[in-house]
Amino acid sequence: MDKVLMKGNEAIAEAAIIAGCRHYFGYPITPQTEIAAYMAKRMPKIGGTFLQAESEIAAINMVYGVASAGLRVMTSSSSPGISLKGEGLSYLAGADLPSFVVNVQRGGPGLGGIQPSQSDYFQSTRGGGHGDYHMIVLAPYSVQEMAELTVKGFELADKYRMTAMILADGTMGQMMEPVSLDLQVAEPPQKPWATTGTNLSRKHNIINSLSLVPEELEKLNVARYERYKIIERDEVRYEEYRMEDADVAIAAFGIAARVSKNAVDEARKMGIKVGLIRPITLWPFPKAPFAKAAEHVKQFISVELSMGQMIEDVKLASECKVPVTLCNRVGGMIPTPKQVLEAIVAADKGGKL
Amino acid sequence: MIVFDKPHALIDVPLHYCPGCTHGIVHRLVAEVMDELGIEGKTIGIAPVGCSVMAYDYFNCDMIEAAHGRAPAVATGVKRADPTKVVFTYQGDGDLASIGMAETVHAAARNENITVIFINNAIYGMTGGQMAPTSLIGQVTQTSPYGRDPKLCGYPIKVCEMLRELDGPEYLERVTVNSVAHVRAAKKAIKKAFQNQLDGKGFSLVEVLSSCPTNWGMTPQNALKWIDEKMIPVYPLGVYKDRSATQEGGNK
Amino acid sequence: MAKLTFKSDNCKGCGLCVSVCPKGVLRLANDKINKRGHHPVEAAYPDQCVGCASCAMMCPDCIIKVER
Repeated sequence: MDKVLMKGNEAIAEAAIIAGCRHYFGYPITPQTEIAAYMAKRMPKIGGTFLQAESEIAAINMVYGVASAGLRVMTSSSSPGISLKGEGLSYLAGADLPSFVVNVQRGGPGLGGIQPSQSDYFQSTRGGGHGDYHMIVLAPYSVQEMAELTVKGFELADKYRMTAMILADGTMGQMMEPVSLDLQVAEPPQKPWATTGTNLSRKHNIINSLSLVPEELEKLNVARYERYKIIERDEVRYEEYRMEDADVAIAAFGIAARVSKNAVDEARKMGIKVGLIRPITLWPFPKAPFAKAAEHVKQFISVELSMGQMIEDVKLASECKVPVTLCNRVGGMIPTPKQVLEAIVAADKGGKL
Repeated sequence: MIVFDKPHALIDVPLHYCPGCTHGIVHRLVAEVMDELGIEGKTIGIAPVGCSVMAYDYFNCDMIEAAHGRAPAVATGVKRADPTKVVFTYQGDGDLASIGMAETVHAAARNENITVIFINNAIYGMTGGQMAPTSLIGQVTQTSPYGRDPKLCGYPIKVCEMLRELDGPEYLERVTVNSVAHVRAAKKAIKKAFQNQLDGKGFSLVEVLSSCPTNWGMTPQNALKWIDEKMIPVYPLGVYKDRSATQEGGNK
Repeated sequence: MAKLTFKSDNCKGCGLCVSVCPKGVLRLANDKINKRGHHPVEAAYPDQCVGCASCAMMCPDCIIKVER
C-alpha cells in the first residue's frame, strides 16, 4: 500500500478504525483534538459511534460501558484530561476491562501549557488512579509507530483484559510524516465475560470492581499481578541504536529519542562511542537492555521532557551500577541535539555536565 | 392459581437492605416489568454506588457496577455498543443528583435511549445517613445535625422539575411505593419507562420516593407516613414530562 | 379460599405486610425467631385471607407467595 502523509493524531485515529474500533468518546483538549475531529468525520460513515461527552469523566465511563459489552473502544485526551480519567482507569483495571486510551501529553502541572511534554510518565507507568494496577504504556516516536502501536495497543488490551495507553506528546501528535496503513490486525478474542444479555441461556455476567471480602480482594490483586508478570516477560519492546560498543548510553523515548538519535550520530562522527536505548513499552519497562548495558557503559544519560521521571526506572534497571544523569527541558521546551551532544561529550570525559 | 410470586428476573437470594427499606419493592417492580415485557435476556442493568451498589447480585439479567454517579455514562456506552439491547440504571439520590448530576443531565439532554430508576430517599444510606442533595429543609442527618439549613447548604434538588426544562428527555415521572395503590402506580410508570426504550422513544426516568427507616430513625410504618406527610409536599407525585403523549394531544 | 406461603427465613420482620392487610390476617410471630434473627410474619387467621396480595406487593423482600 502507498504511504500517505498524515498527522500523528490522525494516524492514531485511522489505525484505531483499522483495528476494529467503532466507538470513540472524548472531550476537546489541546493538543489531541485532531483525533476527535477525525473520528467525528469518519465514524458516522462506517456505522460507528463518535460522541463528544460532557466531560473526560463521562467519556472514560462510556468507554467502560462499551468495553463491558465486549467491543473495541477508545478515548483520547491530553494531560489534564487524563487526570480526570484517572478514576475510570482504576475502575477499568478493577473490572479487568480492555480499553485503549491515548495521552498526547502537554506541560503541567495544573493547566500547564499546550506544548509537548513527557511529564505524565509517572502517572501512566504507575497506574494513574488509585489502587494496585498497571496499564500497558506504549511510546511511539514516529507517525508510523503511532499507527502500529495503536493496533498493537488494541490487541494487547484484549489479550490481557486491561488498558493499553499510547503515551505520546504534542510533537508526535502534530507532526506530519508519510505513513503506511497496511497494518495487520489479529482477530479479537472471544469475550464470554461480556455483558451482552443472557439470552436466558446462561447465568448472568457481572462487570464489577467491588469486592468486600478482604481475602477475595487480595486474591484478585495477586492474580492480576501474576498476569502482569507474563506481560513483563512477553511484551517488552525497545530499540537499541549503536549500543554494541557503547561507552555512554542514552535513555530516551518519543520525541526525546528522535532528538537523541541525531546527537548520537554527531557524537559518533566525533569518535565518541555512544548509543541509545529507546523504550517502546514504558510499562513493562525494558529492564534487560539497561542491565546489560550497565556492564559496559560508564554512564547513562536520561533525556526527558520532564524534571526526571524515567530516570528512576533507568537507575532501577541498571541497579545504579554506573552514574545516571539527566538531560532535560520542561514546560513545553524540547532538548536540542546540541544540548544532548554536550551531555554526551561531558559523559565521555567522565564528568557531569 | 398463583396470584403473586417472585418474578423470574429477581434472583432468589436474601436482599441486604435494612428491614422495611423500600429498595426491595422497587427491585421487584423492575424485575416484574422485565418478566412482563419478556426482556430479561436482552437487558443490561447498571448498579450505582450507594445502598444499591450490590444490585448486580439481585437481578438475573447481565449487570455492570459503575463508579459513583457514572451509571448514565456507562449506560450510554452499553446502549451505543448495541442499541437492540435494553439498558437501565438504578441509582440513588447521592449517585444521581449529587456526584453524578452532570452525567444525568447530559444523558437526558441527549435523550439517550435508556431507562433510569431513581431512588430518592432524601439521605445517603450506605455511608450511614448523611445529607443528600434531596434532603428536606430542616432534615436532621449525620452531616446536618442541626437540620438542613438552606443558608449553609442550599435547597433540595427537584430532579424531575429540573430535567423537565430540557428539550431532550422523553418521559419523567415521580412515584412512590408507600402504599399498595402507590406501588401499583409505580409499576405502571416503570413499565412505561422500559416500553419507551423498546419503542425507541428515549430517555425515561422514574423517580421513586423511597423510605430509609434506619437512617431516618423511624419504624418502617412511620417512614411510609413520613413520605406522605413530609416528602410528597416537597416532591409532588405525577408525570413531569411525556413528550409522546403531549405530541399526540395527551393529558400533560 | 386463598393460600399464603412465606419464605420465613428471608423475612426481616418489618411488618409492612401486616399493616396493609385489609383483613388483619397477618402478624409477626413473637414466639419465633428466624435464622436472620427476626420475628417472621405468619398468617394468624388464614381463613380470612381473600388473596388480594396487598401483603406481597408491600413486602420489600419478596417472601410471600399468594395462591387462590
